[in-house]
Amino acid sequence: MGDFIVYGLGRWLHIMAGVMWIGLLYYFNFVQVDALKAAAADQPPTGAGITKHVAPRALFFFRWAAVVTVLAGLMILGGRVDDALFFKDRAYVPIGIGGWLGLIMLFNVWVLIWPNQKKILGIVPATDEEKAKARRVAFLASRTNVMLSMPMLFFMSFSATFHRSLIG
Amino acid sequence: MKNPLDSLWGTVISGLVLTVVLFFLAKTMMGG
Repeated sequence: MGDFIVYGLGRWLHIMAGVMWIGLLYYFNFVQVDALKAAAADQPPTGAGITKHVAPRALFFFRWAAVVTVLAGLMILGGRVDDALFFKDRAYVPIGIGGWLGLIMLFNVWVLIWPNQKKILGIVPATDEEKAKARRVAFLASRTNVMLSMPMLFFMSFSATFHRSLIG
Repeated sequence: MKNPLDSLWGTVISGLVLTVVLFFLAKTMMGG
Protein backbone atom coordinates (compact mmCIF):
# COMPACT_ATOMS: atom_id res chain seq x y z
CA MET A 1 0.00 0.00 0.00
CA GLY A 2 2.86 2.38 0.85
CA ASP A 3 4.49 1.74 -2.52
CA PHE A 4 1.18 2.35 -4.28
CA ILE A 5 0.79 5.73 -2.56
CA VAL A 6 4.39 6.84 -3.16
CA TYR A 7 5.05 5.44 -6.64
CA GLY A 8 1.51 5.20 -8.02
CA LEU A 9 -0.32 8.22 -6.64
CA GLY A 10 2.91 10.19 -6.12
CA ARG A 11 4.01 9.82 -9.74
CA TRP A 12 0.46 10.55 -10.95
CA LEU A 13 0.38 13.76 -8.90
CA HIS A 14 3.92 14.65 -10.04
CA ILE A 15 2.94 14.35 -13.70
CA MET A 16 -0.43 16.12 -13.38
CA ALA A 17 1.06 19.07 -11.48
CA GLY A 18 4.05 19.08 -13.87
CA VAL A 19 1.73 19.26 -16.90
CA MET A 20 -0.05 22.23 -15.33
CA TRP A 21 3.23 23.98 -14.42
CA ILE A 22 5.03 23.51 -17.71
CA GLY A 23 1.80 23.91 -19.71
CA LEU A 24 1.23 27.34 -18.18
CA LEU A 25 4.94 28.19 -18.63
CA TYR A 26 4.57 27.43 -22.35
CA TYR A 27 1.28 29.38 -22.46
CA PHE A 28 3.06 32.46 -21.05
CA ASN A 29 6.01 32.19 -23.42
CA PHE A 30 4.44 30.87 -26.62
CA VAL A 31 1.09 32.71 -26.38
CA GLN A 32 0.71 35.48 -23.80
CA VAL A 33 3.93 37.46 -24.35
CA ASP A 34 3.22 38.04 -28.05
CA ALA A 35 -0.52 38.44 -27.42
CA LEU A 36 0.15 41.27 -24.94
CA LYS A 37 2.55 42.92 -27.41
CA ALA A 38 -0.15 42.83 -30.11
CA ALA A 39 -2.80 44.04 -27.64
CA ALA A 40 -0.59 46.97 -26.58
CA ALA A 41 -0.30 48.03 -30.24
CA ASP A 42 -4.11 48.17 -30.65
CA GLN A 43 -5.84 51.58 -30.57
CA PRO A 44 -7.00 51.77 -27.87
CA PRO A 45 -4.85 49.05 -26.18
CA THR A 46 -6.82 45.83 -25.55
CA GLY A 47 -4.57 43.89 -23.16
CA ALA A 48 -6.29 44.94 -19.93
CA GLY A 49 -8.51 41.85 -19.85
CA ILE A 50 -5.50 39.55 -20.07
CA THR A 51 -3.49 41.33 -17.38
CA LYS A 52 -6.51 41.78 -15.10
CA HIS A 53 -8.37 38.48 -15.45
CA VAL A 54 -6.16 35.87 -17.14
CA ALA A 55 -2.58 36.45 -15.95
CA PRO A 56 -3.28 36.48 -12.16
CA ARG A 57 -5.25 33.20 -12.37
CA ALA A 58 -2.65 31.59 -14.62
CA LEU A 59 0.14 32.71 -12.26
CA PHE A 60 -1.70 31.29 -9.23
CA PHE A 61 -1.94 27.78 -10.72
CA PHE A 62 1.54 28.13 -12.27
CA ARG A 63 3.40 28.86 -9.03
CA TRP A 64 1.51 26.37 -6.85
CA ALA A 65 1.70 23.63 -9.47
CA ALA A 66 5.48 24.16 -9.38
CA VAL A 67 5.49 23.53 -5.61
CA VAL A 68 3.30 20.41 -5.88
CA THR A 69 5.43 19.05 -8.74
CA VAL A 70 8.66 19.38 -6.76
CA LEU A 71 7.18 18.04 -3.50
CA ALA A 72 5.69 15.01 -5.28
CA GLY A 73 9.04 14.44 -7.03
CA LEU A 74 10.87 14.50 -3.70
CA MET A 75 8.28 12.09 -2.27
CA ILE A 76 8.89 9.64 -5.14
CA LEU A 77 12.66 9.80 -4.58
CA GLY A 78 12.15 9.28 -0.84
CA GLY A 79 15.33 8.06 0.84
CA ARG A 80 17.20 8.20 -2.48
CA VAL A 81 17.03 12.01 -2.68
CA ASP A 82 20.69 12.39 -1.71
CA ASP A 83 21.76 9.62 -4.13
CA ALA A 84 20.08 11.61 -6.90
CA LEU A 85 20.85 15.22 -6.01
CA PHE A 86 24.43 14.57 -4.90
CA PHE A 87 25.08 12.00 -7.66
CA LYS A 88 26.11 9.31 -5.17
CA ASP A 89 24.66 6.48 -7.25
CA ARG A 90 25.48 6.37 -10.96
CA ALA A 91 22.04 4.99 -11.85
CA TYR A 92 20.49 8.13 -10.27
CA VAL A 93 22.57 10.62 -12.30
CA PRO A 94 19.85 11.28 -14.94
CA ILE A 95 17.07 11.85 -12.40
CA GLY A 96 19.54 13.90 -10.31
CA ILE A 97 20.20 16.22 -13.25
CA GLY A 98 16.45 16.44 -13.97
CA GLY A 99 15.80 17.14 -10.29
CA TRP A 100 18.37 19.94 -10.13
CA LEU A 101 16.88 21.54 -13.26
CA GLY A 102 13.43 21.36 -11.63
CA LEU A 103 14.73 22.93 -8.41
CA ILE A 104 16.39 25.78 -10.33
CA MET A 105 13.11 26.33 -12.19
CA LEU A 106 11.17 26.39 -8.89
CA PHE A 107 13.64 29.00 -7.59
CA ASN A 108 13.07 31.09 -10.73
CA VAL A 109 9.29 30.87 -10.28
CA TRP A 110 9.19 31.98 -6.65
CA VAL A 111 12.22 34.29 -6.40
CA LEU A 112 12.40 35.92 -9.84
CA ILE A 113 9.10 35.51 -11.72
CA TRP A 114 6.35 35.87 -9.10
CA PRO A 115 7.73 38.86 -7.10
CA ASN A 116 8.35 40.75 -10.35
CA GLN A 117 4.96 39.78 -11.82
CA LYS A 118 3.34 41.25 -8.71
CA LYS A 119 4.92 44.61 -9.61
CA ILE A 120 3.98 44.32 -13.29
CA LEU A 121 0.34 43.44 -12.56
CA GLY A 122 -0.01 46.14 -9.89
CA ILE A 123 -0.52 43.68 -7.03
CA VAL A 124 2.26 45.55 -5.19
CA PRO A 125 3.00 49.24 -5.83
CA ALA A 126 5.90 50.05 -8.20
CA THR A 127 7.10 53.03 -10.22
CA ASP A 128 7.16 52.86 -14.04
CA GLU A 129 10.94 52.39 -13.88
CA GLU A 130 10.62 49.52 -11.38
CA LYS A 131 7.91 47.96 -13.55
CA ALA A 132 10.12 48.11 -16.64
CA LYS A 133 12.97 46.43 -14.77
CA ALA A 134 10.60 43.84 -13.27
CA ARG A 135 9.23 43.07 -16.75
CA ARG A 136 12.73 42.32 -18.07
CA VAL A 137 13.76 40.16 -15.09
CA ALA A 138 10.50 38.17 -15.11
CA PHE A 139 10.70 37.74 -18.89
CA LEU A 140 14.28 36.42 -18.84
CA ALA A 141 13.60 34.12 -15.87
CA SER A 142 10.55 32.74 -17.65
CA ARG A 143 12.49 32.21 -20.89
CA THR A 144 15.29 30.56 -18.89
CA ASN A 145 12.71 28.14 -17.51
CA VAL A 146 11.49 27.30 -21.03
CA MET A 147 15.11 26.55 -21.97
CA LEU A 148 15.69 24.46 -18.80
CA SER A 149 12.37 22.62 -19.23
CA MET A 150 13.69 20.90 -22.35
CA PRO A 151 16.57 18.95 -20.72
CA MET A 152 14.48 18.62 -17.52
CA LEU A 153 11.69 16.81 -19.41
CA PHE A 154 14.26 14.73 -21.29
CA PHE A 155 15.87 13.49 -18.07
CA MET A 156 12.54 13.02 -16.30
CA SER A 157 11.06 10.91 -19.07
CA PHE A 158 14.23 8.99 -19.92
CA SER A 159 15.77 8.50 -16.46
CA ALA A 160 14.21 5.06 -15.82
CA THR A 161 15.75 3.52 -18.95
CA PHE A 162 18.82 5.73 -19.41
CA HIS A 163 21.19 3.32 -17.72
CA ARG A 164 19.87 0.18 -19.44
CA SER A 165 19.66 1.67 -22.92
CA LEU A 166 22.96 3.57 -22.99
CA ILE A 167 25.32 2.09 -20.43
CA GLY A 168 24.17 -1.54 -20.49
CA MET B 1 25.58 40.15 -28.93
CA LYS B 2 21.84 39.58 -28.85
CA ASN B 3 20.44 37.49 -26.00
CA PRO B 4 19.09 34.25 -27.55
CA LEU B 5 16.34 34.16 -24.90
CA ASP B 6 14.79 37.28 -26.46
CA SER B 7 13.39 35.13 -29.27
CA LEU B 8 11.38 31.93 -29.00
CA TRP B 9 13.54 30.17 -31.57
CA GLY B 10 16.69 31.22 -29.71
CA THR B 11 15.20 29.84 -26.50
CA VAL B 12 14.23 26.50 -28.09
CA ILE B 13 17.63 26.10 -29.77
CA SER B 14 19.39 26.95 -26.48
CA GLY B 15 17.25 24.29 -24.76
CA LEU B 16 18.17 21.70 -27.38
CA VAL B 17 21.89 22.51 -27.12
CA LEU B 18 21.74 22.32 -23.32
CA THR B 19 19.95 18.95 -23.56
CA VAL B 20 22.71 17.53 -25.77
CA VAL B 21 25.45 18.88 -23.47
CA LEU B 22 23.79 17.46 -20.34
CA PHE B 23 23.11 14.15 -22.09
CA PHE B 24 26.83 13.62 -22.74
CA LEU B 25 27.68 14.88 -19.25
CA ALA B 26 25.27 12.31 -17.73
CA LYS B 27 26.68 9.56 -19.91
CA THR B 28 30.22 10.41 -18.82
CA MET B 29 29.23 10.61 -15.14
CA MET B 30 27.65 7.16 -15.44
CA GLY B 31 30.81 5.70 -16.92
CA GLY B 32 29.41 5.18 -20.40
